[in-house]
Amino acid sequence: MNLPLATVSKVLKFSCVDGPGNRLVLFLQGCNFACPTCHNPHTMKLCNDCGDCVPECPTGALTIVQGKVVHDASICDQCDKCLDVCPINANPKVTQYSVDDVLVLLYQNKPFLNGITISGGEATTQLKFIIALFTAIKTDEKLKDLTCFIDSNGYLPEPAWKTILPVTDGVMLDIKAFNNTLHRLLTTRSNERVLATAKLLFDSGKLHELRYLLIPGRTDSDEEIEDLANFVRALDTDTPLRLNTFQHHGVKGEALNWPTMKEPDVERIAEELRSAGLTNVVVPAVYI
Amino acid sequence: MSELLKRFKGITEDPALSFTQKARYLSLEAENSLPYPELDEETAKALEERVICDMYEGHAPFKPRYVMPDYSVVLEKGSTFLELEPATTLDEAINSLMIAYHHVPSVTNMPVFIGRLDNLLLPYCDEVSDEDLYKKLKLFWRYLDRVLPDAFMHANVGPTDNRVARTIMRIDAELKQIAPNLTFVWDPDISSDAIFSQACESIIECSKPHIANNPLHQPLFDDYGYGVASCYNVLPLCGGASTLTRINLREVARRSKDTADFFENVLPKYIDLNFRLTETRIDHLFNKSGFFESFLVKEGWISRDRFTAMYGIFAMAQCVDELQAKEGRAGKYGHDETANQLGHRISKVLYEAVETRPMEHCWRGKAMLHSQAGLSDDDGCTPGVRIPYGSEPDPVTHVQALAEHHAFYPSGVSEILTLDETIENNPVALEQLVKGAFQLGFREFSANVSNNDLVRITGYMVRLSDIAKFKECGGSRINTTVLGAEAAETGKILERTPRVMSHELAPRYSQ
Ligand code: SF4
Ligand code: SF4
Repeated sequence: MNLPLATVSKVLKFSCVDGPGNRLVLFLQGCNFACPTCHNPHTMKLCNDCGDCVPECPTGALTIVQGKVVHDASICDQCDKCLDVCPINANPKVTQYSVDDVLVLLYQNKPFLNGITISGGEATTQLKFIIALFTAIKTDEKLKDLTCFIDSNGYLPEPAWKTILPVTDGVMLDIKAFNNTLHRLLTTRSNERVLATAKLLFDSGKLHELRYLLIPGRTDSDEEIEDLANFVRALDTDTPLRLNTFQHHGVKGEALNWPTMKEPDVERIAEELRSAGLTNVVVPAVYI
Repeated sequence: MSELLKRFKGITEDPALSFTQKARYLSLEAENSLPYPELDEETAKALEERVICDMYEGHAPFKPRYVMPDYSVVLEKGSTFLELEPATTLDEAINSLMIAYHHVPSVTNMPVFIGRLDNLLLPYCDEVSDEDLYKKLKLFWRYLDRVLPDAFMHANVGPTDNRVARTIMRIDAELKQIAPNLTFVWDPDISSDAIFSQACESIIECSKPHIANNPLHQPLFDDYGYGVASCYNVLPLCGGASTLTRINLREVARRSKDTADFFENVLPKYIDLNFRLTETRIDHLFNKSGFFESFLVKEGWISRDRFTAMYGIFAMAQCVDELQAKEGRAGKYGHDETANQLGHRISKVLYEAVETRPMEHCWRGKAMLHSQAGLSDDDGCTPGVRIPYGSEPDPVTHVQALAEHHAFYPSGVSEILTLDETIENNPVALEQLVKGAFQLGFREFSANVSNNDLVRITGYMVRLSDIAKFKECGGSRINTTVLGAEAAETGKILERTPRVMSHELAPRYSQ
């Protein structure tokens, strides 16, 4: 059997913002959107071994071995210069994880965990790995009480969702925009699949949380907010809706010229949504 | 004018001190103008060099450092000395406690332990409505903060789920006062999930309570039990601790050629010297001060044979890093497995030394090892076995790195985890972190949530807004603010995260 490996950009042992309770979070490398507002743009693409970052590394942590860029974590000082110079928003510091590698991490940290969340990049671009991992967790006596969550942009088509949902406990889903032209501008893709995903997840009882990114002058217009309210109401007024706010932290490129979202406007929009009948609107605990 | 008189004058004229603070510093100066209890030359030298430290407790120990009265005595039997009848109602019980606290000394002259309050008050609550209980306890809480403004003053509740414990935690989260500090004693077999959740939610609100792991503490004490006082000192109830001395492990490491020299020669030497210092101080307290003639002993609030000696250590992080450097290894304490294991080995050696040394006038004939939180001027040394401020790894890695130490410190480990405020929307994550920590062997758990105004400095609470005000206009009602401001500036504490104030941390007038 050809066991799937995951390309992982980062692992967190403590996260209280990626689903219920404390979660081990696996950030997978690679995304099928290319949002200018991304605050982790270096997670977008898989490295093509062009080698541009190698001479930039001040500690010699990057080398080319048989045409492949290799990263030595033991001497890397996390300066992120390699990420800055990469022409395609890739990351030479990724690690390959097998399902067993992740199970070992889970055993080690089990007493602290309520579950695991696969995030990204876009988690579902490595679907086979997630299915194998979640299946293994669900059948492991010591791990099966951990909940398995996915953080997704929703672009995965319905038939593919149906292969993963039986072993998934919940999904946090991002909706970037309701107006499709705006959605294309913000993500390079159309939103039809995303909206269909939201309905599918809701119908299967797996929609843990909807997330909506407020970008001033773009996604905070009256029309967008009204569409958002209508969309959530059509599911269930008590659907958890988390309002995220566009900030410059980590962002690269043109979106750095866009204004950031301010707390009073977020509070106002949250109030509007609540008066429109939504009963579970969450605003950020921190504005960075 | 002599130097001494100049100091007295300076204190009386210091515009930043309240008159009670002046009175306290004057009394400390007076005590410290007496000759120190006689030490042998080697011990005196180690103390002078501050390799060992007496916490500036004073030159003439005439009261124990921590007194942990069994307040049920005064409630149930009254007090002849204080002319109090046994309490029969909640009002009377609270009133008796308020009176009692004024007669309980400690190193700061304020009580560091005000009782396991739910055990004490529950018997008087049957006829009291929830609303009345809330009102009465709220006034009581306000009284404590305003009249005994010391952040080391410590109340305990739990492990049972009961009205008094719930109401106290609710009030504490509402008022967000510095004093009193609060410990919730947790026992998974006794505490309900609901009250445990309430404690965690309260931590998110105000960085209190501190949570104690009862299944680990209880077996070390007898049926009489224990209390948690000051910054996480776990001590026998109806007794306390005569004194707290401590070894600066960084200084021990600096005086060692290498790891072998450290373990074979230098550490054993200073362990012994710190014992001698402790013995000298205990001798003065027991044989010269007359403290145990007090009505507290006669009436049974405390018992002469229930006082331990806290044997403290600090600067484990600097000690390990120093030894690592001497061995040519780069790995840092808290982040590197070899460094962490070296730390655990040091703790074990200390533990064995303290467990096997017979001590006179000590509960069960020996001292108790303690991971000590620090003073406000510890010169770059990290409290106890903590990982240095600002360099802590994520909370899970943090707990994993330190858990192994906890078994070696029966009188407590002062440890604080800093959590960022995103935890607010997810208290379950905090609950799991506490459970994980306890499962790995943490004896106690304290956290700061980084947007809280009320924060822990080295185990006591300060309000960040008070520190800001203190710096602006030079004065705070609460004694610990002075220490907090000092600790925050010299200890890089605010880099780690915010905290409050305490008398214990300001054992001397420092101008
Ligand atoms: S972050 Fe990148 S550039 Fe910096 S040391 Fe590590 S590998 Fe080298
Ligand atoms: S990370 Fe980017 S720059 Fe470095 S080799 Fe890969 S694609 Fe090239």
